Amino acid sequence: MTIIMKPRTLFQKVWDEHVVVEEPDRPAVLYIDLHLIHEVTSPQAFTGLRERGIGVRRPDKTIATMDHSTPTLPKALWVIDDQAKAQLGQLERNCKDFGIELYALGDSRNGIVHVIGPERGFTQPGKTIVCGDSHTSTHGAFGALAFGIGTSEVEHVLATQCLLQRKAKTLEVRVEGQLMPGVTAKDIILALCSKIGTGGGTGYVIEFTGSAIRALDMEGRMTVCNMSIEAGARAGMIGPDETTFAYLRGRDRVPQAADWDAAVERWTQLCTDEGAVFDKTVVIDANKLEPMITYGTNPGMGMQISDPMPTTARFEDASQRAAFEKAMGYMDLQPGQRLLGKKIDVVFIGSCTNSRISDLRMAAGVFSGRKVAQGVRTLVVPGSHDIKKQAEAEGLDQIFQEAGAEWREPGCSMCIAMNGDNLEPGQYAVSTSNRNFEGRQGKGGRTFLASPLTAAASAVKGEVTDPRSLLLS
Amino acid sequence: MAKFTRLTSYAVPLPEENVDTDQIIPARFLKVTDKHGLGDSLFCDWRYLKDGSNNPDFVLNEPASQGAQILLAGNNFGSGSSREHAPWALVGWGFRAIISTGFADIFQSNSLKNGLLPVQVSESVYKALMEAVQLDRSTEITIDLQTQTVTALDGLETTFPIDAFSKHCLLEGIDQLGYLLSFDDQISHHEQQRT
Ligand code: SF4
Repeated sequence: MTIIMKPRTLFQKVWDEHVVVEEPDRPAVLYIDLHLIHEVTSPQAFTGLRERGIGVRRPDKTIATMDHSTPTLPKALWVIDDQAKAQLGQLERNCKDFGIELYALGDSRNGIVHVIGPERGFTQPGKTIVCGDSHTSTHGAFGALAFGIGTSEVEHVLATQCLLQRKAKTLEVRVEGQLMPGVTAKDIILALCSKIGTGGGTGYVIEFTGSAIRALDMEGRMTVCNMSIEAGARAGMIGPDETTFAYLRGRDRVPQAADWDAAVERWTQLCTDEGAVFDKTVVIDANKLEPMITYGTNPGMGMQISDPMPTTARFEDASQRAAFEKAMGYMDLQPGQRLLGKKIDVVFIGSCTNSRISDLRMAAGVFSGRKVAQGVRTLVVPGSHDIKKQAEAEGLDQIFQEAGAEWREPGCSMCIAMNGDNLEPGQYAVSTSNRNFEGRQGKGGRTFLASPLTAAASAVKGEVTDPRSLLLS
Repeated sequence: MAKFTRLTSYAVPLPEENVDTDQIIPARFLKVTDKHGLGDSLFCDWRYLKDGSNNPDFVLNEPASQGAQILLAGNNFGSGSSREHAPWALVGWGFRAIISTGFADIFQSNSLKNGLLPVQVSESVYKALMEAVQLDRSTEITIDLQTQTVTALDGLETTFPIDAFSKHCLLEGIDQLGYLLSFDDQISHHEQQRT
């Protein structure tokens, strides 16, 4: 007798593998393979454990890093405020007390949590990965089911290595075609956010498919999955393939030797089966994509860089119109105008979205032989020490510094502005990070989200600039 | 966790859509190592002026908002960062329930673990409530978790969805970690099978 298995999606396969208990009318108990923690969202979870007198079930499946409030100036100039210092100290103590491996500030392998997970090979296809941080979706680029959780859930995972989860619906985002020069992975995901809005993916796990996704390198795929959360989806996934395996091969924590071949064999089976059904599908034509930029105060308020901003009349719904007007007021922009040519004060190249070596190479390609415009502060912040070293070996740091940009130590930096790297009230920034919320990069600061190419081109011109105008010249 | 059964209160109207957790509690307040005292920083950048005094134009500072336990908010409330500091700050201020047409996923999950009830209503009910509350700030709204109903005004009654498990936990004040810990044997079994 042959058993015919129903075709399954990548998400369904990873889910099935990790369900410990599934009962009707109850959330499933889902096993977690990798738990990443950082200083900001973990202290209260450890307090909870101590109050209950319980330990960490699997310290061997838990990895800690310091990234959110860490300084990005060279060590000699470290300034940390007392509160941040206490929080970092607490993480160090918690890791020591509970036997958790910590990539502390100063460690040569330290970096942003979503950068070092893949870099060290902790992130692998088919794993369930969580972190008290919404951009955990980044790790889905490897075909893992990875999502952000709250601090109560951090405590749950520390205590039981499991989470109570309701199964999400599946959304296929199919991106077919070929990107034009000057258009990047960041533009794909900004285009999706503009298309479906910041709530469009709520309740879904996205799987990105199509030839344009297959053509991306791992770093581009991470950029795409990173911002799945900005479209409201908890997780974004991409089926593992040769590109995935080539990236992982030989990294610290991946299976070695014969185990490696067995792992690749297993990982190859994870891809969505022919005939599997998604709950919903959205299609994006990669051939038609242009560099994207946001104009408003959430990542869904984006457009092609050469377009004018919407006019108020375009919003029929009263509350949407009000939201648009409020955003325009905060950004101090005129509806219907173009952003191209808008003077800017700051450029930030970094964050878990765009701080990897290929992002830095893209930016350096634009800066090479050019200067940052007078009066524009440009920060380049690598995602990890590994990336910093690699960039310095390639001489990228020289290119940045000769252009007049600041080359910083790794960390979240101006993405979240907790560490003293921030915008001043009223300043405009082009940023490669993932959130343009009011005050996100500093109280009163105004953010335009864009790709590293667009950010670097804008730094050179001192105004919002289509990178293609520099790439072609 | 505090039990939630039935709540009658007037509401604070906040019609903005897509209110993200960076607005609910800005990142600079995330350097704390406990859950308490965040209520003072709730909606900080909207609530206080540059000199630190109350912004009289922000709804939370109006006398009619004081003591309210329900927040009536625009669609897709709580998007963005997964910080549980957001529900901690809302609860710290005194809110026990939020009524909206939609909630961001992680925010909803975090709220349910802190005795803060997300109540999702239809667009038309939301509009009716918002209009009534803005007209008369003393308008009372009753939320009954057992029957999953919202009642207000003369004859407005509607139901709201909540999964059976979260409802049970809220009604009984059960904490979810205790429940998870009861699966210790099954978890061990799963671990053995997979290695
Ligand atoms: S870089 Fe920004 S988005 Fe990424 S983990 Fe750090 S703060 Fe969060």
